Amino acid sequence: MSSTRTVTVASSQGLHARPAKLFVEAAQAAGAEVTIAKGEKSVNAASILGVLSLGVDKGDEVLLTAEGENEEQTLDSLETFLKTDHDEAS
Amino acid sequence: MPELSGIGIGRGIAAGPVARMSPPPPAPADEASELSPEAETDRVKEALSEVAGELEERGRAVGGTARDVLEAQAMMAQDPSLADAVQTRLQAGKTGEFAVHEAFAEFRATLEQLGGYLGERAADLSDVAQRVIASLRGLPAPGVPDPGHPFILVAEDLAPADTALLDLDKVQALVTIQGGPTSHTAILAREKSITAIVGVADAAELTEDEQIIVDSVAGIVYTQPSAEQIRDAQARRTAREEEAAAPLTPGTLADGTAVPLLANLGSASSTDQAVELGAEGVGLFRTEFLFLSADEAPSVEEQREAYQKVLQAFPGQKVVVRALDAGADKPLSFLNDQPEENPALGLRGLRALMANEQILKDQLTALAQAQENTEADVWVMAPMVSTVEEAEEFTALAKQHGLQIAGVMVEVPSIALMADELMSRTDFASIGTNDLTQYTMAADRLLGSVASLQDPWHPAVLRLIRQVGAAGIASAKPVGVCGEAAADPLLAVVLVGLGVNTLSMSPAALADVRAELKLHTLEQARSIAAAALTAATAAQARESALSVAQQS
Repeated sequence: MSSTRTVTVASSQGLHARPAKLFVEAAQAAGAEVTIAKGEKSVNAASILGVLSLGVDKGDEVLLTAEGENEEQTLDSLETFLKTDHDEAS
Repeated sequence: MPELSGIGIGRGIAAGPVARMSPPPPAPADEASELSPEAETDRVKEALSEVAGELEERGRAVGGTARDVLEAQAMMAQDPSLADAVQTRLQAGKTGEFAVHEAFAEFRATLEQLGGYLGERAADLSDVAQRVIASLRGLPAPGVPDPGHPFILVAEDLAPADTALLDLDKVQALVTIQGGPTSHTAILAREKSITAIVGVADAAELTEDEQIIVDSVAGIVYTQPSAEQIRDAQARRTAREEEAAAPLTPGTLADGTAVPLLANLGSASSTDQAVELGAEGVGLFRTEFLFLSADEAPSVEEQREAYQKVLQAFPGQKVVVRALDAGADKPLSFLNDQPEENPALGLRGLRALMANEQILKDQLTALAQAQENTEADVWVMAPMVSTVEEAEEFTALAKQHGLQIAGVMVEVPSIALMADELMSRTDFASIGTNDLTQYTMAADRLLGSVASLQDPWHPAVLRLIRQVGAAGIASAKPVGVCGEAAADPLLAVVLVGLGVNTLSMSPAALADVRAELKLHTLEQARSIAAAALTAATAAQARESALSVAQQS
């Protein structure tokens, strides 16, 4: 079993620099195994190098997939994260 | 107390504990491991977590945006995708070092392909890889150390990137094993006013955390200093800081002889700093910045505006503008971009301008207009002059365009040797010591393999300068120096002793030169110069000058 969700990224720096780091930290803390995909490429969301290599920019659509404990809850919190502009917040 | 000697840069002094900079570990070879994949896995895991821990700790200590960079690096060390890539190689029987090296290189290539911000992260990744490999080999982490307290950095030599990133609140002084007075490190130390001694061969023996005193005036590193010596060094440091903070005075010798201290400027944006540091005018305003990035020569109007910006900052003061210095050595499509076998000896400087006279005429027109609109005392000079005829032609052309004072740069031995004849045909001479040394020593100033010859202390260079200084005195016309030599405080005194009237340098060097000049009279400066002139080598010239200077 796994759950998926499509999210449009709002952070003005996309998933680069600080937002990428924070996102990976959030994915690592989740109970579930999470992957993030942009287009055809899918990577482990707990890998900073994987996430950086997707080159996600503001406005891009990404597909999150969670498998394991608290799938829906994990996707909720990661979706909220991606919809927040972390550069303005910092 | 043991003393290690080298070449001191500037007039600073510092005391503190040594922190050594380690070179990056050599790339590991692709060899079969003697350990089992499981044993290698344990070693690599331990090294990765050690490096991640160190980076996080440094991040916490530094704070700010640097913290994010360091924490992202720590995450790279612990990255699961990377761990998989390393594991694949370990299972194939590779060593931990090689597996890390290759797996990181693979990710690095991916990031580089993505370019932009990610391309920059590729360098972070290499840094992490080198740290992990150093840890696997039991070597100290490469790069500028961060012991968490002020320290004296001891290194083989510094790469430009390392020097640029130095935290000057922490680094009290630099000591390098390699390098000479005109090495990259020396030039940067002078520009940033960092206390430094370069070329200290015995610095290899200095150990981590050892207390030392770095006295750049004497060019000596004192090891095992006594408490009294440390107090004395700190007192001198405080005195020097007070000196630098004191109200700025014009450059003068101990007997009151005026030696105006001018600034070398490369663009209009650096004028504020020069004024703040007490420049009494501009001794070398390089106009290349307007031309180098252009596809065609800038218009008279554009040039006038740029020149005005600089001239406005120096009302009533001298601003010496150098005509475009480009050509074979700095190719420009609209001037001369023909490939040449020996660009330093080719169609460059005034030679290229004479071959494209309209460019020179436009520049002179723009400069004359800028002079009209401002209060500065504008002088103009030609670069790379090698004959008396060239000097005559340039001077006449500048005057036709309405510039009152026109002179030439002395950078070629032929014109230095003809100084008497030169002075009756132009208004002033300005000695460019970097090129003069290059041409006197027949050593390309950009070529590392002959860098040791690029030393303005060489008596052959000093003798040519004496010839120009003497011609200036005989004709009562001014002679200036606008080269790296003027920024070296002791050499500045020698230059004055050889008959030079004004010194021009990068603004950060002004304070040290101003302080050194005040220590000697004109008579003493002449004795110091005489001692340097009679030496047989550059090193002996510096030593002789120093020993005479310390008596005065």
